[in-house]
Amino acid sequence: MTPIALIAIMIGVPAVLLLAYVFIRGSAGLRHYILTRIALTLPMVFILATLVFFVMRILPGDPVRSALGPKGSPELIQQIREQLGLNDPMIVQYARFLGDMVTLDFGNSLIGGHRPIVDEMSERFPATLELVIPASILALLLGIWGGTFAASRRKRTADYLWRIYSVVIYSLPIFWLGLIMQLVFGIQFGWLPISGRIDPIIGTTIEHITNLYAVDALITGNWAALGSVLQHLILPTVTLGLILSGVFVRMTRINVIETLQADYIAAARARGIRERVLVYGHALKNAMIPVITLIGLQVAILLAGAVLTETVFSWPGMGRYLVERISSRDYTAVQSVITVFALLVALISLAVDVIYSLVDPRVRY
Amino acid sequence: MPADILYSVRNLTVEYKTRAGVVRAVDNVSLDIRRGEILGLVGESGCGKSTLGKALMRLHTGPASIAGGELWFDGRDLMKLSEREMPDVRGAEIGMVFQDPMTSLNPVQRILDHLTETIQTHEPEISDAAARARSEELVERLGIRRERLNEYPHQMSGGMRQRVMISLALALRAKLVIADEPTTSLDVIVEAKFLDLLKELQKEFGLTILLITHNIGVVAEVADRVAVMYAAKMAEVGDVNEVFADPKHPYTQGLLKSVPNIRLEEAELYKMEGAPPNLLHPPAGCRFNPRCPFVMEVCRTQEPAFAPVVGDHYASCLLYQEAGMKQERLHG
Repeated sequence: MTPIALIAIMIGVPAVLLLAYVFIRGSAGLRHYILTRIALTLPMVFILATLVFFVMRILPGDPVRSALGPKGSPELIQQIREQLGLNDPMIVQYARFLGDMVTLDFGNSLIGGHRPIVDEMSERFPATLELVIPASILALLLGIWGGTFAASRRKRTADYLWRIYSVVIYSLPIFWLGLIMQLVFGIQFGWLPISGRIDPIIGTTIEHITNLYAVDALITGNWAALGSVLQHLILPTVTLGLILSGVFVRMTRINVIETLQADYIAAARARGIRERVLVYGHALKNAMIPVITLIGLQVAILLAGAVLTETVFSWPGMGRYLVERISSRDYTAVQSVITVFALLVALISLAVDVIYSLVDPRVRY
Repeated sequence: MPADILYSVRNLTVEYKTRAGVVRAVDNVSLDIRRGEILGLVGESGCGKSTLGKALMRLHTGPASIAGGELWFDGRDLMKLSEREMPDVRGAEIGMVFQDPMTSLNPVQRILDHLTETIQTHEPEISDAAARARSEELVERLGIRRERLNEYPHQMSGGMRQRVMISLALALRAKLVIADEPTTSLDVIVEAKFLDLLKELQKEFGLTILLITHNIGVVAEVADRVAVMYAAKMAEVGDVNEVFADPKHPYTQGLLKSVPNIRLEEAELYKMEGAPPNLLHPPAGCRFNPRCPFVMEVCRTQEPAFAPVVGDHYASCLLYQEAGMKQERLHG
């Protein structure tokens, strides 16, 4: 089984289970809502992919010229364009592209060895996941805990410190924070590696099963590789996670403050419920409802942040791949990456909406 | 403290710090709540009755604080307890029912969890099953089917939610229940049912209830005694029949006269002149003197004591006190 298939199963199975659970447990309204959302996702992805298809072709430059450079004679360029099908009428190319998308084939790259895009993604997509998942966990834990803590210490020192933190971190450019991290922890102190996913020598020992290196190292018991992977993960993950945490601190804080003023908190306090339970149990659970919505909205920002983080840390993931292939005008690669990103955003925001309905019993779609 | 008194408030003062200055929402108020009675606490909006109710459980946060006084509950002064000890009293010994049942229940918590959480907070040794059984028994006594415990607050009607609030106050057999405008947001039929329930519970559990309301009709219907507050001060306290038949304080007299009565022929409803004072700058002397039809010179300078007029019937009015007896009335 190819790594990309494994990954698809790893994401798909829990997602399908969650949907199935909610589908069975939920009301008829919720079932209808989920079906509508899924039905709406397909035209959305189609429109986006179409847009990318045409925008790429409007852009000046073309893949063959950029691959051959100035030494390519016009005859050679024409010959290769003919081979790659780039001289076919636009409508034919578009039909071919749509056909590829429907079969989830994605076609072949237009540059280099013309490898299948699926193979290229099966190396890079797991790298992005390995970066994005711990970064989101860090952002959520830090943001939700920090916001709640700040709210419970409202107008005291801890609150002001968290508020300063959230504004500063929210307004920092991600690549700048990445560079500073590299300078301080990578170069000044020399504690952590500043680029790549794994030490190149240890990297030769890793077995490529899922291409999530941490998982592969773990299941094959390759502890040296695992250590190296984790070391390489720290800086990019922390950079991305910190940047994303700012907005969660702010959202959580303001919502916990608001719910702490609700009547039911006063009523619970009058029943002798302890302050800690009021804040972290009652208030936080209610405050999470709008925060969960925010999580759905942040997925797109997370992926955009991954593009920058991967570029700064030479992380061989989808983001860096996208940047490379945009500059070499590799149409098929760019179209495929954008389509995968769009599917991912749609899937996660649907999952978030479904989770929302589980947390808030009042939601009826 | 006499044995028949459950809660004795002595010289309680509660202050709110505002931008404009310190407001005394409860100013040197004393009040006794007797065991097993329903005491109605009435007054206009902003007279300090809710603030007093909250202060009985030391529930104030933020700008409000208890500036002085003693809170003798069942033999001990709650003012002497630490902030960490207070939650043991709240819910377990004193329960509270809030004004708006629509917003007083946690929207993401099932009704059952409200009850079991309350029970297990105070009695951690109780098992989940036992807490559940107790909750079921309790709500059925209050006329809610036990299956409804699995529902969320938004699935219940206002009257039912208010019964849930009562069950929460009773979950630990609290000796005193403070009900702060419990029927204000209910329609009259549900209100009547709810008041009947309160009376039943009072008899059945020997419950003591402090019923805070601006509705003097509600007090007439269920209360044994009534306390009238005006502008952060206690105006009059006494047996409900006595006070209603022969109100002593001119404010109480005005209040009773302003209740519409369909049996009376008078087409025009009595309307008290003026408005309650701004508590940032309360008038000197008696708080009621600018509106009082029987105002005397001395009322503008001397504050009346809160003293018995006849027997257990207390009023803070100089008409019945030595300083006032000597004075001629200015009007009327």
